[in-house]
Amino acid sequence: MRPETTMTPSIKAPLLSRRTRRWLEPGLTYLFMTALAFIFMIPLMWMLSTALKGRWEILAWPPQWIPTTPHWENFTEAFSRYPLGRFMLNSAFLVAANTVGQLLAVPLIAYGFARLRFPGKNSLFVIVLGTMMIPGHVKLIPLYTIYHRLGMIDTYWPLILPAFFGNPFFIFLMVQYMKTIPRDLDEAARIDGAGTWTILYKVILPLCKPPMTIIIVYTFLWTWNEFLHPLIYLNTFDSFPIQLGLSMFKGRYSVEWNLFMAATLISILPILILYFLVQRQLIGGIASVGLKG
Amino acid sequence: MLIDWRSMSFRERREALQGYLSISPWVIGFLFFTLVPVLVSVYFSFTQWTITSPSEWVGLHNYIRMFTQDPLFWQALKVTGNFVLISVPLKLIFGVALSLLLNLKVRGMNLYRTIFYIPAVISGVAVSLMWIWLLQPDTGVVNTLLALVGIKGPGWFWDPQWALPSVALMSVWSVGGSAIVYLAGLQNIPPHLYEAAKIDGAGAWQRFWRITIPLLTPTLFFQLVVEMIESFKVFTQAFVITKGGPLKATYFYLYYFYEEAFQNFNMGYASALAVVLMVIIMTATIILNYTSKHWVYYAAEEEATK
Repeated sequence: MRPETTMTPSIKAPLLSRRTRRWLEPGLTYLFMTALAFIFMIPLMWMLSTALKGRWEILAWPPQWIPTTPHWENFTEAFSRYPLGRFMLNSAFLVAANTVGQLLAVPLIAYGFARLRFPGKNSLFVIVLGTMMIPGHVKLIPLYTIYHRLGMIDTYWPLILPAFFGNPFFIFLMVQYMKTIPRDLDEAARIDGAGTWTILYKVILPLCKPPMTIIIVYTFLWTWNEFLHPLIYLNTFDSFPIQLGLSMFKGRYSVEWNLFMAATLISILPILILYFLVQRQLIGGIASVGLKG
Repeated sequence: MLIDWRSMSFRERREALQGYLSISPWVIGFLFFTLVPVLVSVYFSFTQWTITSPSEWVGLHNYIRMFTQDPLFWQALKVTGNFVLISVPLKLIFGVALSLLLNLKVRGMNLYRTIFYIPAVISGVAVSLMWIWLLQPDTGVVNTLLALVGIKGPGWFWDPQWALPSVALMSVWSVGGSAIVYLAGLQNIPPHLYEAAKIDGAGAWQRFWRITIPLLTPTLFFQLVVEMIESFKVFTQAFVITKGGPLKATYFYLYYFYEEAFQNFNMGYASALAVVLMVIIMTATIILNYTSKHWVYYAAEEEATK
């Protein structure tokens, strides 16, 4: 005889009541997401933990996650041990100069592509997009030679100048955004006697805050994280931006990992602060154009 | 490009001039920072010179030497190729998985999005230094955690077998960057498709493979191209962490290029290396683009533009 269980109706009663499931499912989601987020944050937490430890504590076994007495003085010590202030100031200058360059060039260029009619516009815009695919390293040696001839090696010029001619990613982003602004606004301003440039700077640009924010944030991130170009163009220690400066200390003080991690943490602090200030616009912006950090 | 000025009215002519004026910074930048350097690079690749010695035309010599007598070139190519083959699929799988999680409809998901995106904004030297410390073979926190569950951790960056996977592991940590892009793709999928499928009795697994994945293919394709190009261009990790070692296990292509160009100052040979990498990247992009016809599903976009 077949077992009784097969006789039960094919529609199974739910394992859990509807009410239980209503809180259990999100509960499990939260639990899993929190665990995963915790794992992802281990590297940063460990960096902070190390930065707060005493010199010998960093090698303690089993490892201590929360130092018994946090050595906050490690951060001031890191500042006096490494010229972090100098490096960060240099980076801040480069960020400022690059931002000014992009903000001057990109809206102007994008305006031409988005609004003005001229022969060859579409093919030129295809070239703008095409240049995004050319890997930067192919241009390095010729550019280095040119800067060398111009006596610009070991100056900030090679790290600033290109910004004033507009980054193709930003141009693309800005063109796409400007196209969403109704042309009626231009026409109305034109009837009121505004010229082409007045329309750009008085009508269009004030409406372009979202792409401007993205440009500022990304210029900050890219310039702050930039390593290869400063490495190639700069020789004077005092002029090093933060990433290049940091890289110089690897190995030299490798025993003092607590101070070293404090210094590293300080170096990413401006980025973390900026990120938390603008994360909503940033994540929305990436989602719309597929840009990455 | 011939411009027929005479057939244009005064207003049209003025607008065209203003147009050229407004894009002129880009035109100048394109000529001097892209077109001329790329062409000069190709020219340099047929010469031999250092920054101090005059240049000498050597024809195809650099290329012949590269392909027939330079084991370092092949090593760099092998390392970089392996890295692309390891890291791109890893980032693709983890990125899509993470984006599916981040797409779950629960309150407060924005907080998790913010957290997972953090590693993507702090790339650079700082991250490399952090990983050196995390992956120390004896005292690193990763091996310590592994020891707690009874696994003897590998030597990571200091073990020729593990050095390249370690760099791939680093890139997986910043997978939140790609996840956010996939998330945007997921959010563009019309919900009514899922509802219709549910009514037709499709299970979660079927809905994933029949709806989510096909409609995500345009985003997948875009990310595949971007991440492949990025993986070819690894430099900072090789320079800061391993110096190409141990035993040239992380001798990335761009690191070799850097050594040749800016440490040995073999500008001609380095230019040839750069040109070859450019050709490889472009060929790979074109091939991917060609295959996309067979697996990328564009119907969603057709519908959206209607």
